[in-house]
Amino acid sequence: MHIPDGYLGPATCGLFYVVMLPIWTIASKIVKKTLQVKQVPMLAIGAAFSFVIMMFNVPIPAGTTGHAVGGVLVAILLGPWSACIAITVALVIQALLFGDGGITAIGANCFNMAFVLPFAGYYIYKAVSYKASVNSPRRIFAAALAGYIGINLAAFLAGVEFGLQPLLHHTASGQALYCPYGLNVAVPVMLGEHLLIFGWVEAIVTALVIKYLQKQSSELLVGSEVVK
Amino acid sequence: MKIVTKFLIGLGVLIALSPLGLLLPEHFKAGSAWGEWGAGEIRELAGYIPKGLEKLSSLWSAPIPDYAFKGWEGRSNISLCFAYILSAVIGVLVCIGIVLILGKFLSKK
Repeated sequence: MHIPDGYLGPATCGLFYVVMLPIWTIASKIVKKTLQVKQVPMLAIGAAFSFVIMMFNVPIPAGTTGHAVGGVLVAILLGPWSACIAITVALVIQALLFGDGGITAIGANCFNMAFVLPFAGYYIYKAVSYKASVNSPRRIFAAALAGYIGINLAAFLAGVEFGLQPLLHHTASGQALYCPYGLNVAVPVMLGEHLLIFGWVEAIVTALVIKYLQKQSSELLVGSEVVK
Repeated sequence: MKIVTKFLIGLGVLIALSPLGLLLPEHFKAGSAWGEWGAGEIRELAGYIPKGLEKLSSLWSAPIPDYAFKGWEGRSNISLCFAYILSAVIGVLVCIGIVLILGKFLSKK
C-alpha cells in the first residue's frame, strides 16, 4: 500500500501534503500536552513495530503481495494521535532510506496509513469494546474488527488515489501520465486483496497482541493511552 | 520483566523472522505489490510507461533500495536475507532513535 513516486500526479501529491500538515501539527500539539516522559519508549517501540511488521510481505500465490501495518494496535495502546506520529515516522524512514513508498507520496501514504487507519481502528475498537472488562473476549474481537476495517479503509483510499490519476492526467491521445489504472481497476483490486487476505493479517496481529496483553500487562489496556 | 523489555524482545524476534517477508513471496511466485511496480514491469503490464511516471519514479535514490544493498541483485537468498535482516535492524533503530529525540520535544516535562 506504499504508493511509489510517479503513480500520483502533482495535484494529488500536493493535496495530501496540504491535508496532512494540519493533522501533523494537531497531533504534535495534542501529544505534547498528554504524552508523559515515561511513555516515550512505548511510542518509539510503536514506530519500530509498525516499521518491521510492514516488512512481512504476505504472498498471494502467483499474484501479488501485501502486509499488515500494525497501526491499529499502536492506536489502541497509545491513542490515535500518538499512533499518527509513530506511523508517520515509520513511513518517512521507509521512503527515505529504503525507497518503500515515494517521497512525493508521503502525504498520501501518511493520510491512508498514519491517519485514517489508526483513527478508524481506534474508534471501532472503543465502540465495540465499550464497557467490556479488561479480560473480556469482546476486546479481542474488537481489536480484530478494528484492524480489519482500519486497513481496508486505508486500502480503499489508496485505490481511489491510484484510480483518479488517469482521469486527472493524460495525454491528448488518452495515455495516462501517472498510474495507468482507473477507479474501475484500482479500487476493486486494492480493496479486494485486503478484504480477502491482508485485512485478516492486520486483524490477527492486532487481536493476538491484545490477547497477550490481557494476560501479561492488562494495565496497558485500561486508559493508559495518551489521548482517550 | 518490564513490559518495555518484553516488547523489545518481541521486536528482536520479528527482526529475526523478517526474511519470511522476502522468502514466502518468492516461494509462491508472488510479484510486486499492486501499484508498486518498477518502470520495466509497468511497460509489460500496461504496454507503455506513462511519461510522468517515468520522470518521477527515479526522483529519489534510496540508500538501501527495497531492503537490499545496491549491486547485490542476483545474489543468493542467504545474502538477500542477511541484507533484509540488517535493513530491519537499521529501520528499527532509526525509528526508535527519531521517536526518542521527538519525545524530548513532544512530552510533558
